[in-house]
Amino acid sequence: MESEEKSRTDARVITVSSGKGGVGKTTATANLGISLASLGKRVVVIDADIGLRNLDIIMGLENRIVYDLVDVVEGRSKLRQAMIKHKKFDDLFLIPAAQTRDKMAISPEDMVQMTDELREDFDYILIDSPAGIERGFRNALEPADEVLIVTNPEVSAVRDADRIVGLIEAAEKGPGKLIINRLKTDLVRKGEMLSSDDVYDILGLTIIGIIPEDEMVLSASNSGIPVTLNLNSQAGMAFGNIARRITGEDVPFMNLDGNPGILRRFLRLFDGR
Amino acid sequence: MGIIKTLFGRRKQGSGATAKNRLRFVLQHDRIHLPPERMEEMKREILAVIVKYLVVDQDRVEIDLEQRDRRQSKLVAEIPFSGQQPAHSAPDARLPALSSDSADNS
Ligand SMILES: Nc1ncnc2c1ncn2[C@@H]1O[C@H](COP(=O)(O)OP(=O)(O)OP(=O)(O)O)[C@@H](O)[C@H]1O
Ligand SMILES: [Mg+2]
Repeated sequence: MESEEKSRTDARVITVSSGKGGVGKTTATANLGISLASLGKRVVVIDADIGLRNLDIIMGLENRIVYDLVDVVEGRSKLRQAMIKHKKFDDLFLIPAAQTRDKMAISPEDMVQMTDELREDFDYILIDSPAGIERGFRNALEPADEVLIVTNPEVSAVRDADRIVGLIEAAEKGPGKLIINRLKTDLVRKGEMLSSDDVYDILGLTIIGIIPEDEMVLSASNSGIPVTLNLNSQAGMAFGNIARRITGEDVPFMNLDGNPGILRRFLRLFDGR
Repeated sequence: MGIIKTLFGRRKQGSGATAKNRLRFVLQHDRIHLPPERMEEMKREILAVIVKYLVVDQDRVEIDLEQRDRRQSKLVAEIPFSGQQPAHSAPDARLPALSSDSADNS
């Protein structure tokens, strides 16, 4: 299946989903888009959360929107016209969601058509999925070559992640890979939060990255400059690591459960940028 | 928290461990689309059949759902017994609590 996709096209379409809302899909999509672009990749990020447009503001591009996803699907705009170039990266584009429509305005087939049109000109197409398991999720899933599932180390988020995995497998999009977001190291150490190992044991999915809870994520959202551009941020660094893993690089994991001494050593050895 | 506890016991304490156990349980049932209630009912019916033939030590019966991953589940049963039921005994008297119609059907 993989090789079929590869021979047809260049880009990999990666959908970011979760089931449960508010776990960090948009944050992850924005940061992975930026990180991949900073690795020199040609990237399009698509906001598939129609009616709840957010990826634009997280990426600091909200003032540049003229056309959106639904305008493209309904023929009011050419695909290229709806693509907003990032201020810092010439090869990073955003296709924003429509704000005043709902998920029924587009179909899974529309998404396939759109991504197929983009595939030959880009390396990665990232799709920010809405929460839930309904039409919006289907729209985001249909064109995917692979799926990243974002979860928090918390009972409801993990349960919903498992549900999503079942749906992804049923759609023959592979089991997907897991991003554990908002891990609180101190709580894990006290035994008061599921550890990344616990989540792995429960879900049995490959973990592609672990993002610590980090206040800088909030300031990054406030300023519209995703946290991965902040070299002092651990979350930003962790997103950068995921991007490198996506490109095939073997990047060791930061030690987020362990003691700070080891952590610092790890960071110096492997993550020093 | 003492250092020994911190080193060896931390995953067993705390609400994190509780979360893990609860999630394991609920996901087992989510994945097979069989809620815990129905599972209990099924176990009672299975046992009802067995006690017709064997003298089962009911207190030590264990029928558990095990999962390797989300595609593979299995039932693992340990049903200790001490011999066969007398040929013409009235097994109904020894049935565990279960609905009467399911006992009749089996
Ligand atoms: N690692 C983190 N540390 C601290 N805060 C975080 C982290 N990741 C996400 N957040 C915060 O969590 C909130 C939800 O994040 P985000 O909007 O990315 O979630 P989402 O899954 O896209 O939500 P929705 O389902 O509504 O689309 C935001 O306020 C964001 O700043
Ligand atoms: Mg979102």
